Amino acid sequence: MVSNPLTRNIDLSRPPFDLAAYEAVDGYRGLREIARGLEPSDVLDKVKDSGLKGRGGAGFPTGLKWSFVPMGDDAPKQKYFVVNADEMEPGTFKDRLLMEGDPHLLIDGMIIASYAIQANTAYIFLRGEYTESERILRKALAEARERGYLGNNILDTGFDLEIILHTSAGRYICGEETALLNALEGKRANPRAKPPFPQVSGLWGKPTIVNNVETVCNLPGIMAWGIDWYRSLTKGNDHGTKLFGVSGKVRSPGCWELPLGTPIRELMEVYAGGMRDGLELKGFLPGGGSTDFMLPEHLDLNLDYDDIAGAGSRLATGTMIVLDSQTCPVGMIGNLMTFFSHESCGYCTPCRDGLPWVDEIFRAFEAGKGSHRDLAILEEHVDYLGPGKTFCALAPGATAPLGSGLRYFREDFERHISEQRCPYKQ
Amino acid sequence: MNTGENQLIASTTVAADYLRETEIAEIEHERTLYPDARAVGLEALKIVQKHRGWVSDESLRAVAEYLRLPIAELEGVATFFNLIYRRPVGRNVILYCNSVSCWIMGCEQVKDKIAGELGIDFGETTTDGNFTLIPVPCLGDCDRAPVMMVGPDQHRNLDRADLGAIFAQYRKGAE
Repeated sequence: MVSNPLTRNIDLSRPPFDLAAYEAVDGYRGLREIARGLEPSDVLDKVKDSGLKGRGGAGFPTGLKWSFVPMGDDAPKQKYFVVNADEMEPGTFKDRLLMEGDPHLLIDGMIIASYAIQANTAYIFLRGEYTESERILRKALAEARERGYLGNNILDTGFDLEIILHTSAGRYICGEETALLNALEGKRANPRAKPPFPQVSGLWGKPTIVNNVETVCNLPGIMAWGIDWYRSLTKGNDHGTKLFGVSGKVRSPGCWELPLGTPIRELMEVYAGGMRDGLELKGFLPGGGSTDFMLPEHLDLNLDYDDIAGAGSRLATGTMIVLDSQTCPVGMIGNLMTFFSHESCGYCTPCRDGLPWVDEIFRAFEAGKGSHRDLAILEEHVDYLGPGKTFCALAPGATAPLGSGLRYFREDFERHISEQRCPYKQ
Repeated sequence: MNTGENQLIASTTVAADYLRETEIAEIEHERTLYPDARAVGLEALKIVQKHRGWVSDESLRAVAEYLRLPIAELEGVATFFNLIYRRPVGRNVILYCNSVSCWIMGCEQVKDKIAGELGIDFGETTTDGNFTLIPVPCLGDCDRAPVMMVGPDQHRNLDRADLGAIFAQYRKGAE
């Protein structure tokens, strides 16, 4: 049986599979099931039963998200399905691999999802910088259209679907799903108040589902090989496989598809090859820049949503950023604070004014001018910018590495103060 | 007589004169992909930028008038998104990743080399008009950090790359 449904067709040393090659290996089987009479509710049930959780960061159950979309005769005729392909979380490089490695897998998944919620228009919201993904996706979309898998009355099902590839004009905040919808509508990408949730009132006020690229790429396998197969993939409590990446000063940085529940140590030491010579692991962010630091003592935990949450962090995007023993943790967190400060959309005060203040304090630490008063202000901001205090999740995301960093690397902050310089600089 | 309507028609004509035929054709294509003019506005700015390199006040006004969008609103959008350039840029924009994985892998040192090689800092354009250097969030290639884009192309593992050779490919007149 297939054990790597997301990457089984990916070989970056050759061009990705075209439509015919993709179909020859069980591609677009979900669409053929639909043509044989599978109802939207059947698709929804399958996705619910699969236990698939969103792979974009939040880890919300996909089937449950879809189930909030109004269905039936009284539901709005116009609905939208949107793929969040705005990969910009610092340290995250997994959706690019899927789009450039197997574009038809994404289109296949989009057709399944759009059918399930009965959306006739779907957008791929792609980062403007992903020019290679754009080129590859445009070609694959043209093939799918040519083959009659997109357009009107697809395979005589009575179902119509157009997929529009939208390239974004930038800004990290567009990854937040309601900000993404505003950007797609041509507005400034400020997040929206929830409720109403996009599932009920999203793009242009219509019911809309926004799913991450990797989430959508899970759907063709679920449709082709079923729930029992999907649930058998895992080694842990959550179902399926996931892309896991490691960057930083390890021997072989990279991105691999592994069963959920794989031990972190296996990812770090077997796949990424362990630390480079002369370096030790000091800590790591398990799922991109918005996650709490974890420590070497956590290596024997599993890559599982609950396990990582138990250590006070989040699996999130599954792409780890490794902090080695010769890289300054204060500098690393400072880099993240500059990023978050720069990427604040400016809508709510704690984020707009708090993050630049935090960033300024890190610049002072870097210049050897940090003080204990500054440390206290940073501690306060972990609270002031935390969950529930801001309009969206951007600033709380910043407090994850900040708060955990202050806790775990306190001694490094103290040394910056006592030595009035960065102790990692020669 | 409705003077307001006449003025609007008059200004649309001005916009139509300003915008080139290819730009208008591309903007009209975008109209078929989105249900309203506002969504097309951002796309139209990208189209104008593709043809002219950047979005000048005149371009912005022409797009706003052509699509009948409030100028201030379009301006607000144009200044929000970092890939819309409201000042002239060089023939090749260098989007330089300075996010966390690239930082760990030494992007600051590589950036100093680039600044030395080209004689520009972030936000600046070389005197020969070939390059503009701009920082950009994580380019999603973290296992091959540090990385940057030059125009549409991604360049990886910059700590061991021949920067001079990379930039030479893009200099005006270079094949």
